Formats: sequence, structure tokens, C-alpha cells
Amino acid sequence: MGFFNKLKSGLSKTRQQFSARTADVIKIFSKIDEALFEELEEVLIMSDVGFETSSEIIERLRQKVREDKIRDSGPLKEALFEIMVDIMGADEEYMINAPAVILVTGVNGVGKTTSIGKLAHYYKAQGKKVILAAADTFRAAAAEQLEIWAKRAGVDIIMQKEGSDPASVVFDAVSAAKSRNADILICDTAGRLHNKSNLMNELAKMNKIIDRELPQAQKEVLLVLDATTGQNAVSQAKSFSDAVGVTGIVLTKLDGTAKGGIVIAIKKEQNIPVRFIGVGEGADDLQPFSAAEFVKALFDDDLEN
Amino acid sequence: MAFESLSEKLQNAFKKLRGKGKITEADIKQGMREIKLALLEADVNFKVVKEFVSKVSLRAVGAEVLESLTPGQQIIKIVNEELTALMGSEESKIKISSKPPTVIMMAGLQGAGKTTTAAKLGGLLKKQGKRPLLVAGDVYRPAAQLQLEVVGGKLGLAVYKEENNKNPVEISKNAIAHAKGNGNDIVIIDTAGRLHIDNELMAELQSIKQNAGVFETLLVVDAMTGQDAVNVAKSFDDQLGIDGVILTKLDGDTRGGAAISVHHVTQKPIKFIGTGEKLDDISAFHPERMVSRILGMGDMLSLIEKAEEAFDLKQAKKLEEKLRKQQFDLNDFLQQLEQMDKMGSIENLMGMIPGINSKALQGAQIDERKMLRIGAIIKSMTNKERENPSVINSSRKRRIAKGSGTQVQDVNSLLKQFEQMKVLFKQFGGNKKGGRGKMRFPFA
Repeated sequence: MGFFNKLKSGLSKTRQQFSARTADVIKIFSKIDEALFEELEEVLIMSDVGFETSSEIIERLRQKVREDKIRDSGPLKEALFEIMVDIMGADEEYMINAPAVILVTGVNGVGKTTSIGKLAHYYKAQGKKVILAAADTFRAAAAEQLEIWAKRAGVDIIMQKEGSDPASVVFDAVSAAKSRNADILICDTAGRLHNKSNLMNELAKMNKIIDRELPQAQKEVLLVLDATTGQNAVSQAKSFSDAVGVTGIVLTKLDGTAKGGIVIAIKKEQNIPVRFIGVGEGADDLQPFSAAEFVKALFDDDLEN
Repeated sequence: MAFESLSEKLQNAFKKLRGKGKITEADIKQGMREIKLALLEADVNFKVVKEFVSKVSLRAVGAEVLESLTPGQQIIKIVNEELTALMGSEESKIKISSKPPTVIMMAGLQGAGKTTTAAKLGGLLKKQGKRPLLVAGDVYRPAAQLQLEVVGGKLGLAVYKEENNKNPVEISKNAIAHAKGNGNDIVIIDTAGRLHIDNELMAELQSIKQNAGVFETLLVVDAMTGQDAVNVAKSFDDQLGIDGVILTKLDGDTRGGAAISVHHVTQKPIKFIGTGEKLDDISAFHPERMVSRILGMGDMLSLIEKAEEAFDLKQAKKLEEKLRKQQFDLNDFLQQLEQMDKMGSIENLMGMIPGINSKALQGAQIDERKMLRIGAIIKSMTNKERENPSVINSSRKRRIAKGSGTQVQDVNSLLKQFEQMKVLFKQFGGNKKGGRGKMRFPFA
């Protein structure tokens, strides 16, 4: 299965709902008028794109319709698609060069541990030597959960007992990564609400240890976002970026009916790209993200055929 | 806490209305736009917002507002009433079956917080004199059963699990028999997180519900959920028939508009809210308080209740006695600090006070650290020193500072503060005309 098929199958429900509604809207309004713009804006808002970003997209669409003298719904759809792709930015290849450290962060319950299990599987399959650090020492059984994923993927894991200092787990894991010549070290962290400054400081401390101990490594800080999250995701992205400099987003749970439109607002406001999407509970249900395909999959039913 | 920014926004929208003697229809339109924007930013479902705004406009544009002397107040009243109606109007508790055990099933999407909430709920019911049994019915997520066992253990709750059984229906049935045999009057079944569109797994929940005789089905919803909250809630309710909702992660800075959406589509009460990572961070949901919060009246009632709960009356009497006899020492000081800690973080408490916004909370965090430091200093003292601080000479001060990881000046300033407080208490103690109530939280 090619990238697009996988993405499409993962996003099928999202896509069906979204494009069916867009198509409906466009069908009902054969003529382009104010009501049509309002309806399209509504579709965006219902996808969690957010009021402000949705308004901006529609405003740009209005402008384009005026400038290009668009009269039919077909070209209108194309125009809307172009605007959204423009916001999400061109695709760039996301490369991890050994040695690399990936620090995985996010609020509670977004799917950090599961995503790391999938990431381990993903990079192991590429022939990389992966080590996991179980630095979520707060949530009961979090380390055990990661350990099961490590076994499934066939990678090493560094863990300490519940309640130990997560920074010391990171330190141990960094040492292990060095001595065992690992290509990629992936650090799990406890879920934390971004408005708790003591927990954010704890995260910054782990980040500092990585920078100090592995200055030559490529460092990625991934923020895991639940696609069902609404406007609060913007605040999450901001706070985690301030604390540890987020370099990319993993958008999880896209196999439900949630649309994850908030990543568009985050890209627009904070320029953080999405790197992976989670589309299921299996080990290979993690896909590299492609902005263009993401928007395409949202809008177009029969692109593939 | 939730809704802070929403309440600020609504207040701003009305401020513009308040400034005028008489308002025009155009004014209302502007106000309604602000409300719509605020509610959308708070993640209230778009359709619900539309309905709400048109309802409020309809009532507001009528003579009711235009003829009144204080139009702003009138609109606030209308918004208040309509929001309360949207939020559900009654506080709710767990229904207890007349035929024990009362079986409660937790359901929800992945990561909503079912396992943690199951344990918290068990802890709460235990406090109320029940004997809950937790059932580890999440057989899919790795280590989920272990997680329930650990958090349950921390709360002193019995946990039922079958490690090698992958059938949650059977596990639940066996758990009921186990509960009957062990005198558990409440059974709380944790289940695996699942998507509302996963037919197979939804059927599994139906089967648990039937076979285990579930009395209360509680949907656990993440307060940060966006527009999709209506789909999730409606779908779970349609397929399972939920009895109530628990809203989690309300200690974040989310505005929590999902609360409105979920209630609106299911018409089921929100029974509890999760407000933190500690296992006793669960409280009853009070719709009217939440609406008061939205409209800027703060959540004083919750604050008072929390204070009462954490406050041990017997200890208070003893403290009063000591204060009167002027025997208040550093041990009592420490006890007071710990009591404050029991009430939850200062951040949490401040969030309930009206007129305090998130910006003001930044300073409060420093205070929390300061309190930790004070605790450490006192704990580094010998009992003799705590009872009679006057024996603390400079060599003792150096030792205490070393032991608590602080500086001698920190120890000095604590001792000075303590002396000042004693003087203050002397005045209070001498005042026979009450004022004793005020002594409850001398360090607040």
C-alpha cells in the first residue's frame, strides 16, 4: 500500500464526512453567494480549524473569487484547496540522521506511549538501532506499558521504578544510547497539562540533559496532539514550544470522526509542522505526514482513481 | 480552571452594552457576535452556539431589554438562564441500586482518563462509607490492568483482575460474583478506550452492560475535546444509554465548552469533574456554579466547600485552645501548612476566586514554592526547637539551613514571621467578640 492509500484509509471517515459536507454545500449553492461562504466557514469551524483561521481562509477565498472571477463551484473547491495547502506549507522530507534523540511530549491521554511504540517499530523497520527511555515515572504502569511496546518492536528500553526522577532516567538512557551505539533514542515523558509550570520545568530539565550530554545528536521534540482536541491545542503547542522548543507534531486518533483541523491553526500561528499521524492501534498505524495529502484527503473523494 | 477566558470575553461584550443608556438592535447584534465567538473559541459545538445565540437574541431584542433601565443586566440574566439550561440544571450523584452491588461502568474514547477516574470515583465512594471493588476490564491497552491495580492500591481499594483472560465480559461477570462474596456494595468496571464508530468494541460494552447488570454507565469525556464532542457523546449514548458524564482534565486552561455540547446532545447530567493528578482530585459538578463562573461571579461555593472538607474540626479546636493559651508552636505551624496543601494547589484555589485571572496566578506559584521551603525548614528542626524556637541560636540556624537546603537568612525570616504571627494571634485571642472564624487560615 502506498503512502496515499494508507493515509486515505486512515482518514476515510474524516474525509467522507468532511468532503461529503463540502460537496453538499457546494451542490446546494450552485451560485456563489454570501450564504455559500458562510456555509463553508461553518464546515471549517466544525472541523476544529477555529473561528479565526476559518474566517481568514474564507476571506482569502472571497478575494480569490473576486480576483479570478470564479463563478462555478468546481473552481471554487480548487481555490479553497489551494489556500489551505498554502497555509499548511509544502511537504519536506522528514529525515532523522543518527545519532538522534526524540523527546516525546504532550498533555495527558493523547497517546504518547502508544505513538512511541509505533515510532520504535517504524524506525526499527528501517534498520535503525532504537533505544526507548521510560521517563514517564509518574503514571502508574506507564513504564510497563512502554516495555510491552519495546518487546513488540524488539528494541531496548531503559527504565527505573515508578516515582523516580525522570531526568535521571533520561540521563541513564543517554548513557546507554552512547555505549550501545544507538541510532535513535526516543524518550517517553509523563503527560502534563501545559499550564502547570513545575511540570513544564521538569520537562525543560530533561531537555537540558539531552542537549548537554548529546550535543552532536539531531534533536527532535515531538508534541503529541489528540485529533479530538479543540482550540486548547493552540495553547498546548505554545506552552510546550516555550518550554522545550517543539519541532514537530504527531496527530493521533485520526481514525475516529474528529478532524484534527486545529493543526492548520497551529501551523499558521506557530509554524509547527505535523510529522506523523496516528490512524489506529496497530504497531504500523503511524504514518509520515504529508501536508498536501492531508488537505487533499480532506477535500477530494475520487482523487485516487 | 475552565471557562476563565470565556467569562472574561462575555463580560467584555456586556461592558460595551453597559456603557450605554439605551441599546439598539445593532448593539445586541455586536454583543451576540462576541458571545458566539467566545463560545466557539471555548469549543462549544457550532450548532449549539447557533441555537443559543438565536435564542438569546430573540429574547433580548424584544421589549424586555429595550424598555428596561439596565439593559446590560437584563442580557446577562438571559444569557445566564439560557446557559444554565444548556448546562443542565441539577447537581447529580451516583445512583445507588436497591439491590447491591451497584455496578458502574466507565466508558469513553482512548485517553479520556477512564482508569484514573475509576480509581478516583472508588476513592470518593469509599470516603462516603461504601466498599467499592475496581474491575480491570481494559484487556487491550498494555499494562492497563496493572495501572488500575496500582492506583487502586494507593487508595486502599480492592481491585479485581484476571491476567490471562482476554474477555472483559467474563471478567465483569466473575467480578460481580467476587463482589457479592466479599461484601463489596459498589463495583466499578474500567473498560478499554474505544472509538464510538468501532462497532465491534461498542457491542462489547453492550454485552458487559447486560451480563454484569450495569446500573450506571458513565461516559468519561476529556474537557479539551473540540467540535467532535457531540458526535462522541451522542454515539455512546445512542448505543449504550449513558446515565451521566464525568468531565476530566478541568485543571488545564481549556475553556471546557465540551461540557455544554455533551449535555446538550445527550441531556444527561455531568456528575463529576476531574481537577488534577492527585487521586482525590474529583469533585461534584455544579452547573449553576459553572455558569456563575462564566458570567464572572467566580466559584466561591466550591472554594468554601473545599476548605471545609480539608479542615479538620478537632484539630481546629485544639489549635484554638493553643492560640488562646499562647502555646502555638512551629509544629502547629507545620500542621497548618499541611492542611493548606490538602486543599489542593494554591493555583487551583485561586482559580475559583472571582476576578482573579490566569496572569495573577503566576505570582501565586512562587508562594507555593515558598511554602514548600518553609515546610522543609521546620522539618529540619528538632522537636525541642519546634516547641520552643527561642533556643535556636546561630549554630542551630546553620544546621537547620543546611538540613533544609536553604540559607540562614531564610531560617531567620521564617522565625521572624512566626514571632510576628504570634503577636497577631495574641490580639485575636484577646478579642472576645468572635473573629475566631478568621483564625482558621492564618497563613492564607
